[in-house]
Amino acid sequence: MTRFRIALHIVPRRGILDPQGNAVSDALHSLGFPDVQDVRVGRFLTIDTTAENAEAAKQSARAMCEKLLANPVTEDFEIASVEVS
Amino acid sequence: MKFAIVRFPGSNCDEDALLAVTDGIGQEAVYCWHKEHDLQGADVVILPGGFSYGDYLRAGAIARFSPIMREVVAHANRGGLVLGICNGFQIACEAGLLPGALLRNASLRFVSEPVHIRVESIATPFTSSYHIGQTLQIPIAHGDGRYTADADTLARLEGEGQVVFRYVTADGRVTDGANPNGSGRNIAGIVNAAGNVLGMMPHPERALDARLGSVDGLPLFNSMLESFTAGASA
Repeated sequence: MTRFRIALHIVPRRGILDPQGNAVSDALHSLGFPDVQDVRVGRFLTIDTTAENAEAAKQSARAMCEKLLANPVTEDFEIASVEVS
Repeated sequence: MKFAIVRFPGSNCDEDALLAVTDGIGQEAVYCWHKEHDLQGADVVILPGGFSYGDYLRAGAIARFSPIMREVVAHANRGGLVLGICNGFQIACEAGLLPGALLRNASLRFVSEPVHIRVESIATPFTSSYHIGQTLQIPIAHGDGRYTADADTLARLEGEGQVVFRYVTADGRVTDGANPNGSGRNIAGIVNAAGNVLGMMPHPERALDARLGSVDGLPLFNSMLESFTAGASA
């Protein structure tokens, strides 16, 4: 078994109102970043785990997202990286 | 008639719920700690308000994996009544007992105030003592109450009469201004397809005494009692 560090992004699904994202977007506009088109505020998780290989770690991360970490009704998740740690 | 009030770490409306049952309608109520595996023979389960597990990750996301929730889901699947109030509504959605999810209020503010809701269905064991279209004054107190579901689910809820309560003005009109949290279609409470699980953000257990501003929550508890009595004598 190898130790891996998994990085996950979980964000509100497109089309679902994200008031935090809108507030941040408005703040960026008023701070002189008029080119900002859209902001979504989500969560970033790092998970240290052991697995047979990177693919197994990724599969495990996907199952974690589907079962607990992301709400399938309102959120999308992305496995940003799986690295040997 | 016996009620089980489930207590999670962070529940804070459990005592109000218990008093609503014992003092409000004179029935038996017991607490069930979330680590228990037994509903103690209860006829109705109440998932009370609060901040189970500190709302970590998402409101209700961790509570749904508490051992007692397996029994609550089994109770619901047998047709037993489940009432989820506020955090209990969030937990019921996370557990799949009800469709949709409760997201952060559109205002990003925690809102604690009396609101008006309209009874949209009396064909449920929770609302038979109201009349259709009746406007109630019931308090809310939440930061994550924006009911959200995809368009198909919303259409199905409306079509099947599963929308039970809607936020309205004092004179019963559905307006954006009367919507305290940005909920889709001003939804304040829904039942599942079978009609035995109700989730609602407003707190009927806090509206049982005129000295506290409203008694509009009492018929909800009476409805459950009447439906149980009717079922027992049928």
